[in-house]
Amino acid sequence: MGLRDTLFGRTKQVAPQLDNLFALPTAALTLQTELELVSSGEAGLCFKSGSGEATLATDDDIKELLNFQEADNKVTFTTDDLGFKWLVIDDADITSLVTRIHSANTTMVEHGFGPRLLCAVFGFVPQTPPGEGSVRMVYLLKQGTFYPFAPTGNNQRDNELELRVRSFLEGDLVMEKDLSRWMALWNVPVK
Amino acid sequence: MATKTNIEKDSGLNMRMFITGLALVVLYVIIITVLLRVGVDLGFVIVIAGALIFSQYYFSDKIAMFSMHAKEVTPAQEPKLHEIVDRLCLLANMQKPRVGVAEMDMPNAFATGRSPKHAVICATRGIMQRLNDEELEAVLAHELSHVAHRDVAVMTIASGVGMLAGLVSRIAMWGALLGGGGRGRGRGGQNIILIELATMVVSIVIYVIAYMLTMALSRYRELAADRSGAILIGKPSVLASALVHVTGDIGKIPRTDLRKAEGMNAFFFAPALAGGTAAKLFSTHPPLQQRLDALNKLERELNG
Repeated sequence: MGLRDTLFGRTKQVAPQLDNLFALPTAALTLQTELELVSSGEAGLCFKSGSGEATLATDDDIKELLNFQEADNKVTFTTDDLGFKWLVIDDADITSLVTRIHSANTTMVEHGFGPRLLCAVFGFVPQTPPGEGSVRMVYLLKQGTFYPFAPTGNNQRDNELELRVRSFLEGDLVMEKDLSRWMALWNVPVK
Repeated sequence: MATKTNIEKDSGLNMRMFITGLALVVLYVIIITVLLRVGVDLGFVIVIAGALIFSQYYFSDKIAMFSMHAKEVTPAQEPKLHEIVDRLCLLANMQKPRVGVAEMDMPNAFATGRSPKHAVICATRGIMQRLNDEELEAVLAHELSHVAHRDVAVMTIASGVGMLAGLVSRIAMWGALLGGGGRGRGRGGQNIILIELATMVVSIVIYVIAYMLTMALSRYRELAADRSGAILIGKPSVLASALVHVTGDIGKIPRTDLRKAEGMNAFFFAPALAGGTAAKLFSTHPPLQQRLDALNKLERELNG
């Protein structure tokens, strides 16, 4: 914030940064070779709908805005306990998942919803079921950084696994350096 | 982004803030001139006032947390509160402040700390129980806006004039008294006493004006935080509903409980003083109706 904004008590809305998202497919390969984690086939986009965004009033409106067919049952919507909306996309191919999430983001930015976007989440599960220790890779849209989130149920997370994931992916992804931003997403609707 | 309008700006509010700020600067100039003219030991006064103002500013988080009996809480202790603050900070791309809870039933919230780095945002148990999650989020967005706007720093600088004027009037008073008793013999002494008395009167007048201006500025900063907070959550109506709940409840609670928190007013989400006796001029917060009207107007702007 500049001095003038401070003097007048203003804040600027923040636009999302999407570019770093495309590094994820490479990182997915690293996750597979190093930790035997593969894509769960699900990705989610989390945003907060606001007043006056009439085009976002219903789920079908969002589908239309994002050019998804209404009958496309591979796209679902949920609202979490904090009132944030989740768009969940089902697609076995990680590259196409990333592309679809990116295009959903771009469309929302084009329609002026950029400031409302929070994060995108990609699910990763152990290659040989039934394994334990699935990880969500969270992309913070405003910061343009990734961090791992490994919930183990009951508001607990596997920090050791998260840090290991970070050490393996540091070369592939822009990781969030500020650990206080590794927000917990309990009840994340993405597998 | 073609569709994005400049929703952040409220030119009317900016203008009022600018005029208030300018008036405070003028007062600073006047009080310093008075000091120089009268020949009070300028260095002495500035050192004392500076030390007072600086310590109030530097320790603002500790002072506020202490006087509100608030304690910092970890994500494990208050998962939901942290989760809400996490998301708001990431949406606004700002550093997450420390999070605290005050175990009191009075529904309120405050943010303090000398800089965004040292900020702490605090909610009372009462407000967490009374508001739903979305309303609590709106209140926290308002408080985070105070942090982003550096309101502690701004208000400290603004209230410095008043403190300086108060200090000068007191020094002048003691000067007059001592001068009258001891060294004040003959015509020269008489004159000194008159000058001291005049200084006292002038600085008291400046003190009153500065106080009113500071309060006005505080009200404008509240409106600005309302606006930024509402824009951050995207729903001005939710903040309005939180305000109605909190302010409505505050009026019902016995006053004896509230007076204890009176000194903390400038930090609060809603003023802790009930009743209409406190004149509007001396109030740190705008009246509820004015805040609701402003949020309503913003809601209409967002609906375009």
